[in-house]
Amino acid sequence: MDIRFRGAEPSEEERAAVDALLGPPATAWDGGSRSEADLRAAARAESQRDLLLPALHAVNDRVGWISEGALDYICRRLTVPPAEAYGVATFYSLFSMKPRPKRVLHVCTDLACQAKGAQDVRRRVEERFGPAGTDWHESPCLGLCERAPAALALEAGQPHRAEVYAPATPDTITTVTEVAPSSNGHAPSVNVAGETPVKDAVPQAGNPDLVLLRRAGVVDPASLDDYRASGGYTALRRAFELGPAGVIREVLESGLVGRGGAAFPTGRKWDATARQPDHPHYLVCNADESEPGTFKDRVVMEGDPYALVEAMTIAAYATGCAKGYLYIRGEYPRATARLQHAIATARARGLLGDDILGKGLSFDIELRRGAGAYICGEETAIFNSIEGQRGEPRSKPPFPVEKGLFGKPTVVNNVETLVNVLPILERGAQAYAAAEPKLFCVSGAVERPGVYELPFGATLRELLELSGTTGTTRAVLLGGAAGAFVTDLDIPLTFEGTRNAGATLGSGVVLVIDDTVDMKRLLLRIAEFFRDESCGQCVPCRVGTVRQEEALHRLSRRVDPANSRRSDDDDLVLLREVGQTMRDASICGLGQTAWNAVESAIDRLGVFR
Amino acid sequence: MIPLQPPRRLIDVEIDGEDVRVPEGSTILDACHAAGKDVPTLCYGDTLTPKNACRVCVVEVEGARTLAPSCSRKAEQGMKVGTDTERARQSRKVVLELLGSSVDLSTTPRAAEWAEEYGADPARFGDDAATVEQPAKVDNDLYVRDYNKCILCYKCVDACGDQWQNSFAIAVAGRGFDATISTEFDAPLTDSACVYCGNCVEVCPTGALSFKSEFDMRAEGTWDESRQTETTTICSYCGVGCNLTLHVQDNKIVKVTSPHDNPVTKGNLCVKGRFGYGYV
Repeated sequence: MDIRFRGAEPSEEERAAVDALLGPPATAWDGGSRSEADLRAAARAESQRDLLLPALHAVNDRVGWISEGALDYICRRLTVPPAEAYGVATFYSLFSMKPRPKRVLHVCTDLACQAKGAQDVRRRVEERFGPAGTDWHESPCLGLCERAPAALALEAGQPHRAEVYAPATPDTITTVTEVAPSSNGHAPSVNVAGETPVKDAVPQAGNPDLVLLRRAGVVDPASLDDYRASGGYTALRRAFELGPAGVIREVLESGLVGRGGAAFPTGRKWDATARQPDHPHYLVCNADESEPGTFKDRVVMEGDPYALVEAMTIAAYATGCAKGYLYIRGEYPRATARLQHAIATARARGLLGDDILGKGLSFDIELRRGAGAYICGEETAIFNSIEGQRGEPRSKPPFPVEKGLFGKPTVVNNVETLVNVLPILERGAQAYAAAEPKLFCVSGAVERPGVYELPFGATLRELLELSGTTGTTRAVLLGGAAGAFVTDLDIPLTFEGTRNAGATLGSGVVLVIDDTVDMKRLLLRIAEFFRDESCGQCVPCRVGTVRQEEALHRLSRRVDPANSRRSDDDDLVLLREVGQTMRDASICGLGQTAWNAVESAIDRLGVFR
Repeated sequence: MIPLQPPRRLIDVEIDGEDVRVPEGSTILDACHAAGKDVPTLCYGDTLTPKNACRVCVVEVEGARTLAPSCSRKAEQGMKVGTDTERARQSRKVVLELLGSSVDLSTTPRAAEWAEEYGADPARFGDDAATVEQPAKVDNDLYVRDYNKCILCYKCVDACGDQWQNSFAIAVAGRGFDATISTEFDAPLTDSACVYCGNCVEVCPTGALSFKSEFDMRAEGTWDESRQTETTTICSYCGVGCNLTLHVQDNKIVKVTSPHDNPVTKGNLCVKGRFGYGYV
């Protein structure tokens, strides 16, 4: 490899941030100062490319942005070509390659927040701090939909800090860009005091019938003892009794399918990975929950982090993985802190690491933080992101079970899917299948927004009776920005039931739209979201999402059709053709679903009629 | 001595109702070529691993939910492929429209022919449709980067990176519609790791990368391929013996390419072979 550096030097602070992650450089060959000995020896460069994302985070967290000197130093330390590292750094929206203030406010303007008045917050912030771009940014869904409208302040420093403002009223926003006095801890500091307790996000908290949410908001998420006292780690003990093949058999018999949106049978995925002769096998937990309107994984991770650690251990045991990556989205500071703590205490107590519970199982979890890219929740884009590449999806086949992370067989499961494995083992596959639980993220025009757990087969009406609705319900967005608007409340909430109704359960989003919501603006926001989040790899999605947004702009702005050279019909035909091509010819699910919600709004709600 | 390749089984594939037999491991595109079909391709490069980013080569595979990129999807025993179905044609049409409305395809070979064949009308997105328009980057005397013509096929990045040159001078930066091919911090090429092998120019399918000589002649209006002759010869600089194809117009070399079927270089050259023809 022919790596050439342009000679930009890092500042002391930037160097310290990288060294805190990687340790000091050993020789001049990896970024240290040159000594006599270095001139007489050549060291083989070992690429540590998979540490690129953590290294970029280290600098961005400490300084607030990534200078050329810092990027250069990271590249020397990791043996990564600077042009490629630049391509990776510019891919993620939480990184800045230009100087910016230490404290930056991210104002959510996505679907649930928009339905709850994010426009007013946005306007107030703009009056106070000027146009978006430096002090503040408009943000895609922050996953705080039950407390919409939401804002998140990220402050660089040591430690870096995160503060959630939700619900963010125009008044609470006025002081948030003031930098807090620095403290000298090392862990990322999260303003937990300012956050409402997890219990508030689980309206059913304390209900003894709950399965997946039975601990959320009830036990202390920081206490391993609390977790064990409430039934924690019985599933892992049961797994050791069953053996790896027995665990897979139970999961197969339970009929569990993936909860990330694609609904692929989990047992088949595990079985296929376990059988791969190529080693090592990897486990990836997809906690990059970025679908607008989705926050169930966040609530589970914040309220019951050990459940995820235990479930990942079981998955690793069944499929023969010694290493698991927990890829969590960068906008979830509290869930990240809770999981860091849970992983560390589990490791300290012999529940992770070598010889777990004395059963000879060796497994550990590495937590990886995303940096603001919806696409990284795609099952193959997540591999590229962990490997230090741009988070672009790979074309399939080959599928992850065959060639996944680092080209090795990989199981990739979403948080909710993994957590379901615990009741399967605790109760047995038959009992579990008889009352299979599903999580729903209810937000928008409802009295009690939050994460609800219902058995499969309950209808949308039953769910909305639990949460209560406010105003006149006009439609419900099922499945998020990639889902569809429905008006029939008697749809059974199952994968087949929603499919028959021309919708999808997707990530469990139930966003209730009342008649005060400006539908055209909501559709524009959906189009804007996909345009912003397209990775840009394939043409149908890269250009198609832009053309979709342009056509929707024209359709919603048009006041006098007679004065326009184009008719609405032209734009609707254009939307349909572009939408169908995105669905047919895009590489991944992002482009394939970018037209779903808009199409359903046009066809079922008659938005542009 | 040519080492004996391991035996490859033949598999049967049905292309537009016609049976063809191709060696195992062939792509659908290989099978289409074997059946004598003309499938349009842009990001496909005969010397590179397919990136399947442009999606103009999509075909309909029976039983599949989405269309498949024929350049990279492997043919499977018994697969039934439609290259000219309504759905595939419609997708190709819209993809050509999306490209034509955002990128200058005027120097892309066959783009106009395909637009006509599929009935693509890029103008229907209106005059205010977003484009990737930007001034050409002329920062050295050897070649020009005109990203106004770039369809982001990733071929130049692959040729510069681990597939051929290992220089890693350029990569894709940014995201979505704003993604571009860029050096680190968008620095001029002369400050980058570029070694001016020109292998990126060799693989560029749209003319976004071109010889400075070609770029200047096009600007003057003197570029005329019908008056050019091509002569393949051997590079005289070192002993490797790379093949050069000299493109000559009016008794002057205007650019140098290299045959892709050469088993040693596969179309790749170094700075001397590609650009060092001034002494001839």
